[in-house]
Amino acid sequence: MLIFEQSQASRRNGAQVSTQPVAADGIPAHLRRKHRPALPGVSELQAVRHYTRLSQKNFSIDTHFYPLGSCTMKYNPRACHALALLPNFANKHPLTPASHGQGFLGCMYDLQNILREVTGMRGVSLAPMAGAQGEFAGVAMIRAYHDAQGDHARTEIICPDAAHGTNPATATMCGYTVREIPTDAEGDVDIEALKAAVGPQTAGIMLTNPSTLGVFDRRIKEIADIVHHAGGLLYYDGANLNAILGKVKPGDMGFDVIHMNLHKTFSTPHGGGGPGAGPVGVSERLLPFLPVPLVSFADNRFQVMDESDRPQTIGRMSAFNGNAGILLRAYVYIRMLGREGMERVGNFSTLNANYLLHTLTQAGFEAALPGRRATHEFILTLRKLAKETGVTAMDLAKRLLDLGYHAPTTYFPLIVPECLLIEPTETESKEALDGFISAMRQILNEAREQPELVKNAPHTMPVKRLDDVRAARELDIRWKPAQPQ
Amino acid sequence: MPFIPHTEDDIAQMLAAIGARSIDELFDEIPAALRARGLGNIPSGLSELEVTRLMQDAAELDRPLRCFAGAGAYEHHIPAAVWQLVSRGEFYTAYTPYQAEASQGTLQLLYEYQSMVTALTAMDASNASLYDGASALAEAVLMAVRAHRKSKSKRILMPKSVHPHYRQVAHAIVKNQGIELVEIGYDPATGQIDQAQLKGFEGTDVTALVIPQPNFFGALEEVDTLTDWAHAHNMLVIGLVNPVALALLSPPGEWGETGADIVCGDGQPLGIPLSWGGPYFGFMCCKIEHVRQMPGRIIGRTVDTEGKPGFVLTLQAREQHIRRSKATSNICTNQGLMVTAATIHMSIMGAAGLEHAAGLCARNTQILVDKLSGIGLRPLFRGGRFHEVTIKLSQPVGPVLEKMAAHGILGGYDLKKHYPELGETLLVCATETKTEADLEAYVTALAQALQAS
Amino acid sequence: MSATPNNLKYTKSHEWVQSNADGTVTVGITDHAQELLGDIVFIELPETGAEYSANQDCAVVESVKAASDIYSPISGKITTVNESLSDSPEQVNQDAYGAGWIFKLQPSNPGELAALLSAADYAALIAAED
Repeated sequence: MLIFEQSQASRRNGAQVSTQPVAADGIPAHLRRKHRPALPGVSELQAVRHYTRLSQKNFSIDTHFYPLGSCTMKYNPRACHALALLPNFANKHPLTPASHGQGFLGCMYDLQNILREVTGMRGVSLAPMAGAQGEFAGVAMIRAYHDAQGDHARTEIICPDAAHGTNPATATMCGYTVREIPTDAEGDVDIEALKAAVGPQTAGIMLTNPSTLGVFDRRIKEIADIVHHAGGLLYYDGANLNAILGKVKPGDMGFDVIHMNLHKTFSTPHGGGGPGAGPVGVSERLLPFLPVPLVSFADNRFQVMDESDRPQTIGRMSAFNGNAGILLRAYVYIRMLGREGMERVGNFSTLNANYLLHTLTQAGFEAALPGRRATHEFILTLRKLAKETGVTAMDLAKRLLDLGYHAPTTYFPLIVPECLLIEPTETESKEALDGFISAMRQILNEAREQPELVKNAPHTMPVKRLDDVRAARELDIRWKPAQPQ
Repeated sequence: MPFIPHTEDDIAQMLAAIGARSIDELFDEIPAALRARGLGNIPSGLSELEVTRLMQDAAELDRPLRCFAGAGAYEHHIPAAVWQLVSRGEFYTAYTPYQAEASQGTLQLLYEYQSMVTALTAMDASNASLYDGASALAEAVLMAVRAHRKSKSKRILMPKSVHPHYRQVAHAIVKNQGIELVEIGYDPATGQIDQAQLKGFEGTDVTALVIPQPNFFGALEEVDTLTDWAHAHNMLVIGLVNPVALALLSPPGEWGETGADIVCGDGQPLGIPLSWGGPYFGFMCCKIEHVRQMPGRIIGRTVDTEGKPGFVLTLQAREQHIRRSKATSNICTNQGLMVTAATIHMSIMGAAGLEHAAGLCARNTQILVDKLSGIGLRPLFRGGRFHEVTIKLSQPVGPVLEKMAAHGILGGYDLKKHYPELGETLLVCATETKTEADLEAYVTALAQALQAS
Repeated sequence: MSATPNNLKYTKSHEWVQSNADGTVTVGITDHAQELLGDIVFIELPETGAEYSANQDCAVVESVKAASDIYSPISGKITTVNESLSDSPEQVNQDAYGAGWIFKLQPSNPGELAALLSAADYAALIAAED
């Protein structure tokens, strides 16, 4: 039931309204609203009960194992949330002078430095509000760099065909055309195709390493040399940074610019789809172009630098200071892990993924790239199973929900048919992984013995499979009040 | 090992299953030359107790100020239930609802959000949020260029009465796509968009006009006249609005004869803490004929195989994960948790509660203006306003604000940096959170700061 | 098995082309293409009067999970579009070669028609894809 269907227009929530009626002064009659908006008319209890019940219809990390590949659904420590909401932080207006924000600014300054160290870059800006905005900032900096060199012939960005969709979409937003290059049979970038693709028109390449195929591209140095030799720059999509945290620094691989997804690697909440945070790190030659604001430390005080201090900046990404509260959560997480804890993240996310990969392939699942190590994630393909039984990756995903597991990422990357991209993260125990393996075994048996059971899953969720064709053809995207008779 | 549950036994068993001797062996595909030589400069880990003390000490440095600043972020009362519910793990730790059957909570909530925002704005369609108001304005500009197929100029009229940071963000985001943001001045008497300057664009190809309501100076624009003018000259109208103000102000869907075409703004006033500027969320609405050009996620209601109603992500073919280089935007993650807060906030407040809060904002600002006239200070602009006002000072604003801060008051925003032509002008805001005593304290502190100079 | 009527010409990008008595050509997507896409939910039609060169993208067909460009098979000017697809895009699934036609084009270089695939060539092409 919708909240609107429990609503009465005349119901007031008395706790939020003082007894004094208020006439809005200062607003000319012709600019005033003529009728009240159709917002819910519910009591506080009705609202609390409604949204508590809605929450219970969700899977979440707190309630279920969530092996969603490429999303890094690790535990979100509650201390991060609680400390970011300390009143002096939560109530701070963004235009508060630096003199009254030394605590907050100090945390941001530390975070910039720590992220710089972890990634091996020369400078970091915390400004971008999500991974995709970090990508935008990164490619915009590549463009600003070439423009500053007077090199206007570079009109192309190269993306591997396995890339996240945000990569080509970002390149387009920055005014570039996209040239896709293929992946070789072992899952690495096709070097010959890359050599053929680069030239004086190449502005840069956008790469994820470990790639979206869940493997580490072993020839990354060679790729960097080819692109740099052609005069292009290398963009690192930090989506998979969790796999190599403490193990490899993107700066050492030759990347010129990277973004990090703090909501993945640094455990800020996914919140049902955000907010994220997408800080960017750069090499020496891109330093002047970093997006603002930046936090500096001089004369024993933390200060905010904006466009007047940084004339070559690509500009502002947000009205104020990016997703500052999310940055605070990441800072608390990083301080709790510390140096040793961060090195363990790469180790144990990789251990968990390889354990699942080996055990599941022994159980009869097919690895998309047999013979390769898993990084923090790996891909299974159900191509053969689908031909034998008609059970697809989507069917298996839905059946997993019945068994109490969130589904892995399905049908991404686009170049592997009937694929499942599985990422367990380091925070899952062996017991949780073994439970997931049992569920996968059970579904494999069901697919062979009673395929209809799998094809019609889920059976235990609040709804059965939903008609998304109807949703798109007969668009119903808001509740409409019944017209008075 | 914080948050890693593995025992030595687990590790041994897992390595045996894999057939590896050590965890390090699992990294043998990484060329040795690339292996990091430690994270030496990063401090060692802290226990939860230690990090709590660290953050409490940092927060202690940030002594709170009584807030009379607005300028795009507004202090409002947030019902206690809002963040208690938002902090439930089922909301806080869920991800984007790709598996619809296991995400009906988030999906239904977002559908309800879309319904509430379209009710506030009187528009046909809403997305499930963008990053913030400034980036939403940038996306609205890009959307207008896509949606207005007959206009080839990619020229957008961007009034100076739009928040200067918003204009900067829009510029940073759209500049690489050959889009021109043409600055439109304001009337020095009213602070409103200079309509005489607009006349100069009649008969030329312009894609859209941006109309802020209220504008950055807190002044109310003549939205009906402006909307009709833009439509008469084949432009789309992008409304940039404050959602709390809409409880009192004419909604953009009803501006002029046919209403605004695209509407955006920052949702922070709807239950989101100020938090030094973020995370907030951007909202975006449009007329139904433009819905396929709208960026971001959209939730639709449909039925399951048994005819039971349910909710899904819809119109996904616009988005980057399908459309790649031809997507409407690169946006992926949005601000889901903030939208969760706003939806619960709007439900608890209701139309009456929101209208009450908005009315108190307008009244408190009027009381402040009256009290300021008592010490000889007057608004710079005449005309209607909501909860912000520009005040002309006779001495530099910066030092005055510093003195007020020393007395525990965040006195407003100095307009000199972005509007040097206005001289010493202060933008001040009084929301419903201010009592009569607060307003009195503000005027006293300002008077003292002025005298001390 | 997808139908490939003999009286039509085809493209590698899965459009079909029918020559009309008035000199225009009618264009749609093949039965094979609609099967690959699945349930079609929206078609972005070209504008009447717009001019396209051969192989230029001019329209988009969307299913729930995919969006596919439609390319103009030959150069020319759009004379008519199938407006009824705005309300019922499913006609492309139901009747790809009939009610599901997408636009009509006045060729600017009718010689380009000769370069299109025959039904047999197209059938061989899609057989090789499987």
